[in-house]
Amino acid sequence: MQQIDLATTPLREMNETLQAQTGADNQTAWEILNPRGSHAVACGLDAPIEVTVRGHTGYYCAGMNKQAAIHVTGSVGPGVAENMMSGTVVIDGDASQYAGATGRGGLLVIKGNASSRCGISMKGIDIVVHGNIGHMSAFMAQVGNLVVCGDAGEALGDSLYEARLFVRGSVKSLGSDCIEKEMRPEHLAILADLLERAGSDAKPEEFRRYGSARKLYTFDIDNAAAY
Amino acid sequence: MCGIVGLFLKDKSLEPQLGALLTDMLITMTDRGPDSAGIAIYGAEQDGLAKLTIQSDAPDDDFATLAADLSTALGVSVDLHRKDSHAVVILPAGQAAAARAVIAGRPGQIRVMSDGNAIEIYKEVGLPQDVAARFALSKMAGTHGIGHTRMATESAVTTQGAHPFSTGPDQCLVHNGSLSNHNNLRRKLRRDGVRIESENDTEVGAAYLTWKMQNGATLGEALEASLTDLDGFFTFVVGTKEGFGVVRDPIACKPAVLAETDQYVAFGSEYRAMVGLPGIEAARVWEPEPATVYFWSH
Amino acid sequence: MSTSDKEAPRTAPIQSATFTNPVNAEIRRAAATGIYDIRGGGAKRKVPHFDDLLFLGASISRYPLEGYRERCDTSVTLGTRFAKNPITLDIPITIAGMSFGALSAQAKEALGRGASAAGTSTTTGDGGMTPEERGHSTKLVYQYLPSRYGMNPDDLRRADAIEIVVGQGAKPGGGGMLLGQKISDRVAEMRTLPKGIDQRSACRHPDWTGPDDLEIKILELREITGWRVPIYVKVAGSRPYFDTALAVKAGADVVVLDGMQGGTAATQDVFIENVGLPTLACIRPAVRALQDLGMHREVQLVVSGGIRTGADVAKALALGADAVSIGTAALVALGDNDPKWEAEYQALGTTTGAYDDWHEGRDPAGITTQDPLLASRLDPIEGGRRLRNYLKVMTLEAQTIARACGHNHLHNLEPEDLCALTVEAAAMAQVPLAGTEWYPGKPGGGY
Repeated sequence: MQQIDLATTPLREMNETLQAQTGADNQTAWEILNPRGSHAVACGLDAPIEVTVRGHTGYYCAGMNKQAAIHVTGSVGPGVAENMMSGTVVIDGDASQYAGATGRGGLLVIKGNASSRCGISMKGIDIVVHGNIGHMSAFMAQVGNLVVCGDAGEALGDSLYEARLFVRGSVKSLGSDCIEKEMRPEHLAILADLLERAGSDAKPEEFRRYGSARKLYTFDIDNAAAY
Repeated sequence: MCGIVGLFLKDKSLEPQLGALLTDMLITMTDRGPDSAGIAIYGAEQDGLAKLTIQSDAPDDDFATLAADLSTALGVSVDLHRKDSHAVVILPAGQAAAARAVIAGRPGQIRVMSDGNAIEIYKEVGLPQDVAARFALSKMAGTHGIGHTRMATESAVTTQGAHPFSTGPDQCLVHNGSLSNHNNLRRKLRRDGVRIESENDTEVGAAYLTWKMQNGATLGEALEASLTDLDGFFTFVVGTKEGFGVVRDPIACKPAVLAETDQYVAFGSEYRAMVGLPGIEAARVWEPEPATVYFWSH
Repeated sequence: MSTSDKEAPRTAPIQSATFTNPVNAEIRRAAATGIYDIRGGGAKRKVPHFDDLLFLGASISRYPLEGYRERCDTSVTLGTRFAKNPITLDIPITIAGMSFGALSAQAKEALGRGASAAGTSTTTGDGGMTPEERGHSTKLVYQYLPSRYGMNPDDLRRADAIEIVVGQGAKPGGGGMLLGQKISDRVAEMRTLPKGIDQRSACRHPDWTGPDDLEIKILELREITGWRVPIYVKVAGSRPYFDTALAVKAGADVVVLDGMQGGTAATQDVFIENVGLPTLACIRPAVRALQDLGMHREVQLVVSGGIRTGADVAKALALGADAVSIGTAALVALGDNDPKWEAEYQALGTTTGAYDDWHEGRDPAGITTQDPLLASRLDPIEGGRRLRNYLKVMTLEAQTIARACGHNHLHNLEPEDLCALTVEAAAMAQVPLAGTEWYPGKPGGGY
C-alpha cells in the first residue's frame, strides 16, 4: 500500500502521482491521508488502481474518474465524481450538492445521504444512495440509473430525459415532466444488480420507478408552463 | 460571493477559545473571499452597560477625545478600548442611540459597526489572516460568533462593503450569494426611513430584516419573509445575543454545511472550514435545506 | 363650386413607426403558431459599433511605417498567467466556439483547416470534440459548457486550451434550445440524447455557481490537465467590469468577452435583440477591470461579437483587447448567405443576407445542417482555403492601419489612435468625438 499524506504533500504532487499510474505494475493500492476538506482530490485518474481517501474532502473529489476504484471513508463536498467515465467511487459518509453531476459511466455509491442536485444532467452513470437525496436531483438527467434507498426531496427528475430513477422511500414532489412508471422485470433486474454492487440489502420490490413523461421532447405551447 | 463561518458554543469551557477557533475557520475560507474579512463576536454581557463598536479610517484623530466628548455630551461615564482602526465604546445601557447621534454629529469618518450588550464587530479590507491579526481576533473569548470572507461581486471593496452587517442591537448578518432585487428594495426601504449606507446587496438584506423586526416581526418571521421578498441567491447566517440562525434561498446553490456535537454547532461554506474544531470527526454534518430557517440559542 | 367627395384631398397612408409591418407580421405569426421565434445569429438591430470609430493616422507629429517593408507584427500569446503551455498565435483573430451539431462535420473541418493555415486557433462548441476537428486544428480550444455534452477527460487533455463558457453575447443568462430536426444519429450519440427530440441546454453550470465556486472548478480542471493548458473564461457582455474582475479573481488565464452582436446557433429572437451590451460598449469596462487589478496584458482579453474586417480587429485591439474572435464572419467566409443560393433562400421564405434559421437544419449553403446531402455542398478543403484567405486579408488590413498609425505591432495600437463619429460611440469607446477632445463621461469634464 502506497501512502500520500496531504498534510505534507501538495495536492498537485498527489494528483500527478496518481494520474501517472497505469495499473501495469504492482503499485495498485494507494491511501490518501489528511484530505481535510481539500478540493479536487484524486481527480482525473485513468488506471485500474484502488485509492482510499481517509477523511473528508471538498469539491470535485474523484472528478472525471476513469477506471479507478476510489473509496472515501468520510464525507465529500460538492460535485463528487462529476463527469465520471468509468470505475467506482464509494463514499462512506454524506455527499454535498451535485454528486455524480454529468457522469457518463461507472458506479457512484453514497452510503450516507446526498444533498441537492444529485445526478444532475447525468449521462450514463449509475448512482446508488443508501440514504436520502435533496431537491432538484436528476435535473435534466439524460441516461443512467439513480437508485435512492431513502427519500427524495422536491422536484425529483425535473426536465428528465431517459435516465431511470428508483426510490424506495417517499418523494417530496416530482419535477416537471417526471412521472411514476411501471416497474417491469427488466427494471427489477437492473435494480438487483446495482443494489448488490452497492452493498445494499434493500429489496428491488420495495422501490418505485420514475421516468420522463416525454412531454417536453418537442416544444408545444400548451406545455409552456413546464419550461 | 464569499466564505462564511459560524460557531455557537454549547460547552462553556470552550468560550475562552472562541476567537482562536473562529479565526482558524475564517482563514481557511480565504480562497472564497480574499478582498475583505470580518467577524462578529458575542462576549460576556456586563450588567447595565452597552457597547458600540466603531471604526474610522483616521482613528488617531477621530478616537482621541471621543470618550471624553461622549461623557460630556451624555453626562455619563464612557470607556473606550481601541483596537487598530476599531474601538469598543462602553457606556450605560440605554445610551446607545444618544451616543450614535453624538457620533453622527462629529466631524470625521466614524462608522458605527454595531451596538448592543454583547456584540462586537471587526471588519476591514485585506486578507482574512491580516485582518484577524490586526484585531487580535484569536485572543477573543465569547459564546458565539460569525465570520465572513468576501469576494466582492458588484459593489466596491471597502470597509463599508465588508461583512458582517449590523441589523439592529446585538444583531448581525453575513451573506454568500448575489441578490437580484436589492436596488429596488433599497429604494423602498430608504423611502421608509431605513438607514442604508452602501450600494452593497447584503446591506439591503440586513436592513430588510431590521425593518421587518422594527415592524413587529420576530427574527424567525423576518427570515421567513425574506424568502418571499428577497430575489436571487443567498445563504444568510444571522447572529443575535442568544444565538445564531441560518437560511438559504429556495434554489440553494450557494454552499452551506452545518456540524453539531455536544460542544457546539458550527457553520461553514465548506467542510474544510471546520476541520480544526475539536471532535469534528464525530460530529453530525449536514447541509441546511432550501427555504428553511434554522436557529440555535442559549 | 364644390368639389365632390371623390376628389377631396385624403390623408396619405401613414405607417406606424411603432407597429411596423415586420412587427405586425411577428404578432400574426405568434398568434398563429403559439411559439416564440427561435433563430440563429446575433443581434440584427443597429447599435453603435466599430463603424462609428475612425483611426487618426500619422502625419507630422507621428511617423507612419512603410507598408510591406517595415515590420508590423501580429502575433499574440494567450494564457501566460498560470499555464505551462500558453498558446502563441500568428494573428490575433481566433475562431469562436461553434458546435458540431449546430454546424456540419464538413463545416467544422473547414474551420479547423482555415484557422490552422492562418496560424490561429479554433474552438469546439456545445457538443464535444470531433476527431475531424481535432485532426484538422493545430490549436484547438475545448469549450466547457453547462450542458457538458460529450465532455470527457481524454478530449480535455487533448485540447490546447479550455474555455469555460459562462455566457454568450447573443443570450447573456440564457440557455439554448436545438430543435429536434438537427439531432441526427451522430449528434444524438455525441450528446447522449434520443434522436429527433429538442435539446434543451441549461443556463447555469450544473456543478458550480458564482466566482467562489468557479475558482474551485478552475482548480479541478487544472489538476486534471496538469496545469498545462490555459483556462479561458467566456462571458457575455452584460456587466463587463464586474464579470472580468471576477473571472480574474477566480483564476482565469484569458477572459473572452462576447458582445450582443455575437451569434448563437439557436435561441429566442426576443433574447438576441433585447438582452446584452453592444460589443463596442463592453471593451473599455473590461480593460478598466484588468487595469484596476494590475492584470491588463497579464490576463489576455479576447473580444467577439460583430468583428468583420481588419479595421474592426484594429479598433478592438486599440481599445485594449489582446485578440478578437469571429464566428458569423467565418461562416460567411465559408459560404453562409451566399447569393448563389438565392432561389433556395426564397423557397425557405427568406433572402440572401437574412437567412438565420440555422436551427432548422435546412441551410442551402450546407453549413448549419446535419442533412448529408446539404452538408456535402461544402467542400472542407475549399472552405478551409476561403477562411484562410479571409483571415489573411483581415490581418493585412489591420496591419495597414497599424502601420499608418506608426505601430510596429498590432498590440501597440491605443485608444488615442481613435476618434468617434457619434456621441454614443464616443461615450461607449471613451474616445473623443472627432475633432474634439471630449467624450461623455470624460474625467475632468472636458468642454
